[in-house]
Amino acid sequence: MKIHYGTALAAIALVAVHVLMRLTQGFAESLEYESVIANYKFLPYAGMLEIILILLSIHGFNGLRVILLELKQGRAYEKAVSYGCVAAMIGLIAYGSRTILMVNMGMI
Amino acid sequence: MAQISGITEASTHPRSQSKSVTLRIARINPKHDNEKRFMDFTIPYERWTTVLEAILEVKKHFDHSVAVRYSCRQATCGSCGMIINGKPRLACFTKISELGTEVVTVEPMNNFPIIRDLAVRFERLFDSHHKIKPYLMRDDSEITSNEKEFLQSPEELEKYIQFANCIKCGLCNSACPTMATDSSFIGPQALAQAYRYVADSRDRGKDSRLKIIDESHGIWRCHFAGSCSQVCPKGVDPAMGIQFLRGYLLGFRS
Repeated sequence: MKIHYGTALAAIALVAVHVLMRLTQGFAESLEYESVIANYKFLPYAGMLEIILILLSIHGFNGLRVILLELKQGRAYEKAVSYGCVAAMIGLIAYGSRTILMVNMGMI
Repeated sequence: MAQISGITEASTHPRSQSKSVTLRIARINPKHDNEKRFMDFTIPYERWTTVLEAILEVKKHFDHSVAVRYSCRQATCGSCGMIINGKPRLACFTKISELGTEVVTVEPMNNFPIIRDLAVRFERLFDSHHKIKPYLMRDDSEITSNEKEFLQSPEELEKYIQFANCIKCGLCNSACPTMATDSSFIGPQALAQAYRYVADSRDRGKDSRLKIIDESHGIWRCHFAGSCSQVCPKGVDPAMGIQFLRGYLLGFRS
């Protein structure tokens, strides 16, 4: 559970930085295609987005795992929930990372 | 002479006026019944009559088959916990006059398997209680040590003394919403007792106890609803103990 608290605190700090970065330009402008691509190509910022993705995925799927474990108990069920949540978490991180990687590899 | 005058004085007072209350008792035998049904009994009561006394009145005069567990009748043994008017309470510690209702409903405690009627099984509570090693753990003892006793300052005693008042009645576990959904949750009673020993300056078993409660159905499953502390008849605050234990686990306390 410490990982739950740790990821939440770290995510709050980094998401705050992320929101503040959005405020440096107009909100609508920050969501324009070129602007988003430029953000992904700026490696320090892309790295921070990647870390936010990892932190929120761990936090979110661990939270979901805990809720599911409270709903029902049983050895097989608990194992399935834990492994299922880890697999879903890895899948989401891989899908999110794919976007950053594609931009930086010139595929977009 | 004093005795005689006492009797004379007492006889001049009018007899107390008994009121009556409808005692609605939940009846269930899990071997035969799927659902609880309720039986109503009209019971006379005085200002000092407890719910337990009313139930015993029913057993004595109306239906001796009502199953209820009780012993000390003074909120010390923790046997007569039940849901009274929707709230977990000790029957021997709850006066009918204080409830202020014309119908008093008694049901078995929530989150405990029912044996019959108002009697429930305590195995899970006692198993959880034993699991957290509810005794002082240290290599030496008063017998082997040069000292005759392990001294404690009033401040050290103050840290845990309220938690030593637990009578294992199970009302906190009955009120706990997590206990209702998580059948493996260790429960507020055991967690409060874990804190009682972790905070005891004479104890050396802190690390092993913290390891026991720091598991998937342990201390982190508590949602801090605080119901456990509200229903404790002995003034123990399990919710506070749980927060203190989290402080130990997160490194805020040592």
